Amino acid sequence: MKNKINESIMSESIRKDMKENRIDHMTYMDDMEVLESDVAMQVLEAMGTYDQGSYTASDVQYAIYNENRTLDDFGALLSPAALPFLEEMAQMAQKETRRQFGNSVMMFTPLYIANYCENYCIYCGFNCHNKIRRARLDRDGIEREMKAISRSGLQEILILTGESLEMSDVTYIGEACKIARKYFKVIGLEVYPANSADYRYWHQCGADYVTVFQETYNPDKYETLHLAGRKRIFPYRINAQERALKGGMRGVGFGALLGLDDFRRDAFATGTHAYLLQKKYPHAEIAFSCPRLRPIINNDRINPMDVQEAQLLQVVCAYRLLLPFASITISTRECKRVRDNLIQIAATKISAGVDVGIGGHSGSELGDEQFEIDDTRNVQEVYDAILSHGMQPVMSDHIYV
Amino acid sequence: MKNRKQEKNDKFILGGHEFTSRFILGSGKYSLDLIRASVQQAGAQIITLALRRANQDGRANILDYIPEGVTLLPNTSGARNADEAVRIARLSREVGCGDFVKIEIMRDTKYLLPDNYETVKATELLAKEGFIVMPYMYPDLNTARDLREAGAASIMPLAAPIGSNKGLCTKEFIQILIDEIDLPVIVDAGIGKPSEACAAMEMGAAAIMANTGIATAGDIPAMAEAFKLAIEAGRKAYLAGTGRVLERGGSASSPLTGYIQDGSVKEGNKSYEE
Amino acid sequence: MVTINGEKREDCEGLSVTEMLKREGYETSRIAIEINGVIISKKEFNETLLHSGDSIEVVSFVGGG
Repeated sequence: MKNKINESIMSESIRKDMKENRIDHMTYMDDMEVLESDVAMQVLEAMGTYDQGSYTASDVQYAIYNENRTLDDFGALLSPAALPFLEEMAQMAQKETRRQFGNSVMMFTPLYIANYCENYCIYCGFNCHNKIRRARLDRDGIEREMKAISRSGLQEILILTGESLEMSDVTYIGEACKIARKYFKVIGLEVYPANSADYRYWHQCGADYVTVFQETYNPDKYETLHLAGRKRIFPYRINAQERALKGGMRGVGFGALLGLDDFRRDAFATGTHAYLLQKKYPHAEIAFSCPRLRPIINNDRINPMDVQEAQLLQVVCAYRLLLPFASITISTRECKRVRDNLIQIAATKISAGVDVGIGGHSGSELGDEQFEIDDTRNVQEVYDAILSHGMQPVMSDHIYV
Repeated sequence: MKNRKQEKNDKFILGGHEFTSRFILGSGKYSLDLIRASVQQAGAQIITLALRRANQDGRANILDYIPEGVTLLPNTSGARNADEAVRIARLSREVGCGDFVKIEIMRDTKYLLPDNYETVKATELLAKEGFIVMPYMYPDLNTARDLREAGAASIMPLAAPIGSNKGLCTKEFIQILIDEIDLPVIVDAGIGKPSEACAAMEMGAAAIMANTGIATAGDIPAMAEAFKLAIEAGRKAYLAGTGRVLERGGSASSPLTGYIQDGSVKEGNKSYEE
Repeated sequence: MVTINGEKREDCEGLSVTEMLKREGYETSRIAIEINGVIISKKEFNETLLHSGDSIEVVSFVGGG
């Protein structure tokens, strides 16, 4: 596959580190569960045959108005040929969203409980070589944070950690879920990929949703971006959602970090991955995120290159049109203007009162943030903004069964 | 549209056997002497049969009227539950017809609607015994998934009650099965006219089964041929990719994309490839 | 006495299935047999003997849809 480089991620020391010997990114480590599944292979095959230049205006229009869109239609919607039809795509995406979700917009917030990380992901603020303040909340710290967040009215939480089996071990995360059960109706996890037994344990502790961003689905590119650590192992990461479903999780989230590689190809792979897993596990709830690269501590140049606002909208609409019933989250990587517009078109979930560092919600920030956020509005402000646009903010849409 | 073009090599494969005709003909409700002509006019390669107590003393046997090379598809009509269907299937195989069996389990003699639950049970039992199972069912997505899991070789959803000639009453639900189930979907029961058979094939059905629509026609062999042509036409149309239905939702007073600030939309067809 | 397709028949005890079919006028190649609910395969027709009280089903294909 063609490899383009996002120069904004690179630096002298990174280039130097890239010359070092690295472990094979396609070989599982000893304690990693190997899933018997061909979904990953199907995703890579589809991505390999995706010819974005081959679609015509008529293919795009067919895709927009088709009642039961195929992966090929999805390919058309992501292609350059679809850009002139962005307004039509947005109209149809809005229509599909209203049909499935009415005017509801779910609210939640991410809570980072630890930022220790053993991985060397060259674009990420938490990477093991980046000199930042590291912190890990203890039980009291977690409880304090959750109490503060819960007081803002939020009923859904997304728990995040960096990847450190020593500092954020499986039990630590499980205990955090148990604490969260006291304060929140819905608990999601966005942590390191785990084995299905771990997901089963976390589910018993109270988590129902698991999100794992593949970052990029291009294995060759992936290898150059994740130089060390468990995250380097590509197949273990791509199979995480399926292991989570096997472990009993209700829903799974997908996302590629737009800007790392060819965003159309990555978005195509993301949609294909979600589509295939939903076919295989029809009961699974599906969620998309569309994060774009953001500046981090010690590199404020990082940006998503050619993924401009129009392209972001194109990706969001394409996801919506492919899987009308999937939820689409818009994070605080985007500014207020973009977020407020996307929730009126096709996004159905929005974060508020966000702090992507450690300990910020209860007043004393102990650990540094993962990336620079662009929308610092608190819960009440986002709530009011949603209402002002004629939409309905929803704190929780679930019952515990 | 690209995925349809790949089906140029259009084979109908059922239980590992390859057929060129997508028309399965029923043999009930019309005279034996018309069966040969109908099978020939229909170009059918699969014909369904029922199993009943045998005739004595050399009275005509239907097998004498079916041309060579046609695959026999016995059905389990008469069965009211899975056990009875299994028994009939085993007996049919014993007569010597190959491994195909169509499961028909009805415990309602008024509408003859199939019992989906018993059908799943029978499918599982018979698939384990090596039968090529073709279950007749009421179009329900969950049942269809269970049938697939149980080892069915195809799914045969009804279009309308048997013998009613009412056409594609369950059209939307058959479409869901075609879209979601990775098995040949053979529309069976209720198809009364060639145009309905054509419509079902345009939707992407793998094949059509028809009986009453032909058996009650004025000229049976001619109607068999009409169905044949309709099924071929429908399949061709499906492969060619039917045109889209244009549906414009009316434009908003201010465009949804009006908020975009970096101007890239206005660059039109500019390729973002290097 | 045995029952064949629901009808009582005398003097069938001790006959083999093959013999019974011939006497009753059934075409062997076109039928299947069940005795007391158990299918008898064609290769067993010669050796299988009928006993008093047996209930026999002889089935074949007919038109059906």
